[in-house]
Amino acid sequence: MSASDSLKKYLVKWQQDMHNLEEREEKFTTISGEPLKALYTPLDTNSLDYENDLGFPGSYPYTRGVQPNMYRGRLWTMRQFSGFGDAFDSNKRYRYLLGQGQTGLSVAFDMPTIMGYDSDHERSFGEVGRCGVAIDSLEDMEVLFNRIPLDQVTTSMTINGPAAIIWCMYLANAEKQGIKLSDLGGTIQNDILKEYIAQKSWIFPPEPSMRLITDIFDFAAENVPCWNTISISGYHIREAGSTAVQELAFTLADGFAYVEAGIKAGLKVDSFAPRLSFFFNAHMDFFEEVCKYRAARRIWARRMKEKYGAKDPRSLKLRFHTQTAGCSLTAQEPENNIVRTALEALSAVLGGTQSLHTNSMDEVLALPTEKAVKIALRTQQVIAHESGVANTIDPLAGSYFVESLTAKMEAEAEEYFNRIDQLGGVLAAIDCGFFQQEIADAAYTYQKAVDSCKRVVVGENRYNSEEPVQIELLKIDPAVEEKQVGRLKELKQKRDNNAVNRSLVDLKNTAAKKDNIIPKIFSAVKLYATEGEIVAALKEVFGEYREKPLF
Amino acid sequence: MAIRGVLMHQLVKDLLNGNRRAAARLITIVENEDDQKRSLLKEIYPHTGNAFIVGITGAPGAGKSSLVDRLLQQIRSDGLTAGIIAVDPTSPFSGGAILGDRIRMQDHALDSAVFIRSMGTRGSLGGLSRSTREAIQVLDAFGKDIIIVETVGVGQSEVDIVKTADSTVVMLTPAGGDSVQTIKAGIMEIADVFVINKADLPGSDRSATEINMMLDMNGEKPWRPPVLSTVSINGEGVNELWLALQEHRQYLEESGKLLEVRKQRVRRELTEQVEYLVKTRIWEDVRDTIELDDLVEKITKRLQDPYSAAGELLEKINFFKEDQGEGV
Amino acid sequence: MNANAKKIRVLVAKPGLDGHDRGARVVARALRDAGMEVIYTGLHQTPEQVVETALQEDVDVVGLSILSGAHMTIAPRIKEMLKEKDMGDVLFLVGGIIPGEDAEKLLAEGNADQIFTPGDPLDKIINYINGRVNINRKS
Repeated sequence: MSASDSLKKYLVKWQQDMHNLEEREEKFTTISGEPLKALYTPLDTNSLDYENDLGFPGSYPYTRGVQPNMYRGRLWTMRQFSGFGDAFDSNKRYRYLLGQGQTGLSVAFDMPTIMGYDSDHERSFGEVGRCGVAIDSLEDMEVLFNRIPLDQVTTSMTINGPAAIIWCMYLANAEKQGIKLSDLGGTIQNDILKEYIAQKSWIFPPEPSMRLITDIFDFAAENVPCWNTISISGYHIREAGSTAVQELAFTLADGFAYVEAGIKAGLKVDSFAPRLSFFFNAHMDFFEEVCKYRAARRIWARRMKEKYGAKDPRSLKLRFHTQTAGCSLTAQEPENNIVRTALEALSAVLGGTQSLHTNSMDEVLALPTEKAVKIALRTQQVIAHESGVANTIDPLAGSYFVESLTAKMEAEAEEYFNRIDQLGGVLAAIDCGFFQQEIADAAYTYQKAVDSCKRVVVGENRYNSEEPVQIELLKIDPAVEEKQVGRLKELKQKRDNNAVNRSLVDLKNTAAKKDNIIPKIFSAVKLYATEGEIVAALKEVFGEYREKPLF
Repeated sequence: MAIRGVLMHQLVKDLLNGNRRAAARLITIVENEDDQKRSLLKEIYPHTGNAFIVGITGAPGAGKSSLVDRLLQQIRSDGLTAGIIAVDPTSPFSGGAILGDRIRMQDHALDSAVFIRSMGTRGSLGGLSRSTREAIQVLDAFGKDIIIVETVGVGQSEVDIVKTADSTVVMLTPAGGDSVQTIKAGIMEIADVFVINKADLPGSDRSATEINMMLDMNGEKPWRPPVLSTVSINGEGVNELWLALQEHRQYLEESGKLLEVRKQRVRRELTEQVEYLVKTRIWEDVRDTIELDDLVEKITKRLQDPYSAAGELLEKINFFKEDQGEGV
Repeated sequence: MNANAKKIRVLVAKPGLDGHDRGARVVARALRDAGMEVIYTGLHQTPEQVVETALQEDVDVVGLSILSGAHMTIAPRIKEMLKEKDMGDVLFLVGGIIPGEDAEKLLAEGNADQIFTPGDPLDKIINYINGRVNINRKS
């Protein structure tokens, strides 16, 4: 009798014992609805081949992490996403956060900036500085990073449709600070595919948007080699209501679509792939999340090597930022959100994240107060320095459950890749609403489960105390909008308007051709052309995207 | 009721004066099968008959709303006004519906010369084509030059709606798998214009060829439906569509076909109205004079048969007698 | 009158620039499944577009979904424009991230008939609409 046969015999006996005992649920699943067994044993990891499937940290297929030493060398970057009001307000908050031990900056822009409207546009009414900082021109960017040396911090900017413009403003500001572009580090989100799929902050149609992105890849490879030119984001896909596997599969599918676009644009895969980075969500189901990150690394490495022929090991390493799940927070008893965020953050760390944002307890109610942000940052510091989890690399590896779920999620992601291929690729799948429909269905299923209390949310649908919320909330002064509009008006008077107009005409001409457009945007922002002016000029050439009516 | 009658009269007056709120309220009234509906339709009838009615049908995802949006631009740049009725299916399970066709047309939401109304099929027997037709009458009386009815082309009810149109556009997509063979014959025959949308996708030439071949097999006809290619996302080919619709209209007018088509429509409406009146009156009388439940009971127990019961029923309410009396 | 022919018509609108439509879409589906006719505007609507759509579609209910923090400017503006167009009697609901203090103010000033926030079950919205619209029903 082989070892495995004897194990099977014991398993059957245990199953018989279990059979007579009642279970508190009819069916156990992850938060994504993935069925779970009561127990995982070596039988579940029989097919696991250590060298091929796990390997060592810092080596192929990177399941156990992208660095050989992981957090024993350097901890993850604690990067709190932040921005509100005007550039002055946000600059103050950034300097506070750096003073509290934060190690990187992450800029949240307001909706008008994200959508490519200046603060004085009629569509911006009521939204200036509300859920992020208002940036209209290089002048605002100069204020935003005043007294912050850009060669000493890395900055992540959550900007997509107008990413090229905002990035050029950042670069121009660095040049004005006397810093060489090659010394700059940071990330622009620049992930337009997930906008069509989930986040819905699009401006231009897919084709010109993809061209802007590959132009950025190209320009950065030449001029800003340490910049992460894209942060391929599953975060928003998850927030829109997807399951963990959908987040994993759709995000990586987007990643492969960018790789293919770069190759199609004539770039060599190893010239731009090392600068691609990822951004995932950390939701409440602890093990499912850990497995998601591990599966993501393995899938990326395998495909990049086998399908796209990448040779540079940096092209094979999936580096990612994580943010805890905003959609998991409750408006009721918001203090409980501190605990949720801590658990989510722990999964990201055990999953090997490169940087992390922990949500503040009040973010379901408003932008966070300084106190709430501090607690969120402290949560990361407690995990890093007190819990001990950062002292051993990938400590959950080898767990029958974790390895089995990692492999299962990888297989399910592969199934999604096949379906996307059958539909004709990511753009075609967007066009027929495939992703949108999958996510909408998952979101509705989840909400129904919460409403019927099949899925417990503490303080919301169980153990709710009906107490009114008693925490202080951040208020944005409505005067911010007026002030920002006033400054913009002043700028438009004092700059060289003839030069600005010429640069916009030049920009449109280039947009209509195939040349790299980034140098033209760079020239325009240096002349203090505003974001809204540049976007409007590009809309004339590129047109605008409109959504599909799907439910 | 008298007060509501006055209100209705006021609504109609407002409609004829170009009040959009009144148009919207009146469409609700016809859609809800309100008691006041018939008097309303009577009152607006003299003001109808001026609009040109275009039906657009095609599979879900063919890009109908985008095409209508682009067509609206053409119509407006010719200085004409337009009404849109966008019909989406009602869920057979809940009776509810999500009507999302406007999403594609929201650029026109603030144009006072354009009026867009979304309707659910609501699933009542024959009710769809009737309420759509009545909504068309409201928008016709409202003074819209062109009225476009957009429906999902999946069944008989859609074909019915199309019967109310002067020109019918059938939309196909090359990628949708709805190659010509799979299109129901009934839908192919109602087309005055074919549109292959998403013509930038592979396979669109083949689809066009297939349709043309099929039209060739149908032999010589006074109007041969043109087969056009469009890309509704960027508006390619939409100008050609608008020209084709105008050409078809010209053909209808010059050949006398328009009059013929409209006569047929009036005949159908008249027939329907007579049947409706007769039916309503019969059942009112039946309700007043006969215990229908008792009769049903008897027939179920096989104590009587439904055939003779129906005859007796009509005799009891003096339906035949009265008829004969008047005839003599 | 054919009672079956009548449906509650609800406009689910996304005014403003934020694209977070998970809530709007989930609510739209729930209302459909509760037998209502839901007209969805799509994203990025101006107050003028929302009001004109409500008018043309002759809805019984207007539901705004706002997650950008702009509720205190957008909701009163839309309510005012509805009144101007003689649609002050349309049930006016606001959903999204609305802090308690703001919610109270919107309700007190008549700039919302009801507020729904994250964590409110779908049934609460459905029941509220069913309760209010049947009473208010005009025709």
